[in-house]
Amino acid sequence: MAEIRFILNGAETVVNEDPTMRLLDVLRDLMGLTGAKEGCGEGECGACSVLVDHDIVNSCIMPLGNAAGRDIMTIEEFSKTERYNVISRAYEDAGAVQCGFCIPGMIIATESLLNKNPHPSEIEIRDGLSGNLCRCTGYNMIVKAIQLAAERGDGLW
Amino acid sequence: MVRSYIPKSYGEALDILSKGDLTIMAGGTDLMVKKRNRAGLLPSFQKDVLFLSGIKELSYINKENSSVRIGSMTTLEEILYSKQIPSLLREAAAIMASPGIRHTATLGGNIGNASPAGDTLPVLYLYNAMIIIESKRQTREVPIEEFITGPGRTTFGPGELIKEIVLEEAKFNVLYYKKIGGRKTDAISKVSFAAGAFARNGIVEDIRMAFGAVSPRVARDRGIEDSIKGTPAAGILDLAEEIRNGYGNIINPIDDQRSNAKYRKKCCMNMIDDFLGKVFAEQ
Repeated sequence: MAEIRFILNGAETVVNEDPTMRLLDVLRDLMGLTGAKEGCGEGECGACSVLVDHDIVNSCIMPLGNAAGRDIMTIEEFSKTERYNVISRAYEDAGAVQCGFCIPGMIIATESLLNKNPHPSEIEIRDGLSGNLCRCTGYNMIVKAIQLAAERGDGLW
Repeated sequence: MVRSYIPKSYGEALDILSKGDLTIMAGGTDLMVKKRNRAGLLPSFQKDVLFLSGIKELSYINKENSSVRIGSMTTLEEILYSKQIPSLLREAAAIMASPGIRHTATLGGNIGNASPAGDTLPVLYLYNAMIIIESKRQTREVPIEEFITGPGRTTFGPGELIKEIVLEEAKFNVLYYKKIGGRKTDAISKVSFAAGAFARNGIVEDIRMAFGAVSPRVARDRGIEDSIKGTPAAGILDLAEEIRNGYGNIINPIDDQRSNAKYRKKCCMNMIDDFLGKVFAEQ
């Protein structure tokens, strides 16, 4: 056990837990933040994606100890932002959501990408999404949604 | 339950390591998968764990006169976007894992992990990488060929950490990197190949080739390289068979769930030909 301090969704947070605990379990089981999902549990599917210092990270293979001192944002907090509204509407309009399981991770991947590269090419979008699997859509609608979000949200990123 | 240590400075990390045998956690992207446990249970670490991610001192890329020094905790994403890093290493980083993993996975971790399929390794061999290893008592510099001794095996001594990786400057006008995997992302290499050559006035002055995932360690043969140096680029295709045979003797691919030995070997031979064709075109 150790006292680990980090910023979670904008708030100073201290948890007293084993630092080998997966960040995903900390978020879901201790904090009740269930937006990040467990898909594969080994960093292949991206359903567990969160933003760490505003970069996409797989929380299922990040130990709590590596979160010390970092700034962590989950989909719950990101969904309060204007950027989220633009991305969410674009996903809806492009028909990019079917079962929805991968979508919190997809939106985190979208934000991580647009934050670095506000006007990505299709290849850059596909690379940005490359760690996130979706078994429903076949990805084309998600790529479309991101192009739409980048266009509509011009200036937000 | 194992104990965990989260030092804030490099000195503190060396102090902790000097007192016991610990599992060293860099980005954790491989280790956390290896130690994965049933749902709801903590990962199954047997030894106490030292977390390095809080040590900012080990995250840097410094270009000096004829070399680049890379702190061991520099992430793959930082390598990918740094203009100071040789383009071949950036190319290798670009097709490793996925953005989420690249943001936490480190260069030091890829080396310490010592997987034969570690994708930065063939490029590090090509640039004669020196691994700077430190313990509280001493610093030693070891060429990467000597540091990695087999799959998952290194010459790490008690209390030691990888501090930095030094890449020697190399002059190439032909660069080649290819990774063959099941898909473009999140794929463990079936085979990878990094190569570079420098041809001037029609003569091959320098040539280096390194193969990943086809032998217990990355395969690079300086004897074969030396035998090509000084020969005319126009004649390099005549040497192709001899070069293929040379590498055919030192690589020793296996059958596993990702691929089979025959395919892996064929890919290696084809990539040698493809690379030599590019050297030939440079004459």
